[in-house]
Amino acid sequence: MARSLKKGPFVDPSLQRKIDRLLASGSKQVLRTWSRRSMITPEFVGLTFHVHNGKLFMPVFVTENMVGHRLGEFAPTRKFTGHASDRKVRR
Amino acid sequence: MARIAGVDLPRNKRIEISLTYIYGIGRTLASDICKKAGVEHGTKTDQLSESEVIKLREIIEREYKVEGDLRREVSQNIKMLMDIGCYRGLRHRRGLPVRGQRTHTNARTRKGPAKTVAGKKLAPRK
Repeated sequence: MARSLKKGPFVDPSLQRKIDRLLASGSKQVLRTWSRRSMITPEFVGLTFHVHNGKLFMPVFVTENMVGHRLGEFAPTRKFTGHASDRKVRR
Repeated sequence: MARIAGVDLPRNKRIEISLTYIYGIGRTLASDICKKAGVEHGTKTDQLSESEVIKLREIIEREYKVEGDLRREVSQNIKMLMDIGCYRGLRHRRGLPVRGQRTHTNARTRKGPAKTVAGKKLAPRK
C-alpha cells in the first residue's frame, strides 16, 4: 500500500539534519549514510551520498530522475558472481 | 469497417469487445468510451453508423494514450529505470523479475525457456 500523501515523503530525521547543515554550508561533501529507507527529495539533487549496502558504502550521485525513489534502491545488497558450474567451464 | 487508432476492429463482435483489440483499452475503458460517445452497449461493430465511429475515434484520440504512444511511454519508463541504476532497472537489465518474486524456481516468463545446466547434480533420491 502506498504511503499517505498528507505525511509527505519520509526522510530519516538524522539524515535530514545532516543535509540541512550541508546545504547551509554550501559545500559538496560526500555524505555517509545507513538510511537506505529515506526517500530522495528534490533538495538532494546534485549531492553525492555513500549509501551503506550492508558491507560497503556505495557512491550514489543523485540526479533529477531519482527523486521519489529511496536511497537503498541505488546500492544493491547482493553481489551475483555467477554460478559454480559456469566458473568450471571457463577454467 | 471501423478503423480506430490504426487498428482494424473485428466486425462481428460487440463494440465494447471490439475496442479492447486496441492496445491500451481494456473492458473498463471500452465501456467508458461507449458511454461517453453515446453508443449503445451490445451494438455489433459493423452496425455502427459512420457518425458513431467518428465519435468513438475522436474520444479515443483526444482523451487516451493508446497503441504506439503508449508503448513508447512504457518503454521510456523502463529505460529511465535502467539509466538511473536503481534496483528495478538492474532487474530489467538482467531480464529477471522486477517485483521481488522468487527466482529459485519459476520466473519463466521473465527468464524465457528453461536452459538445462550441464553437470548439475540432481537431488539424491531417498
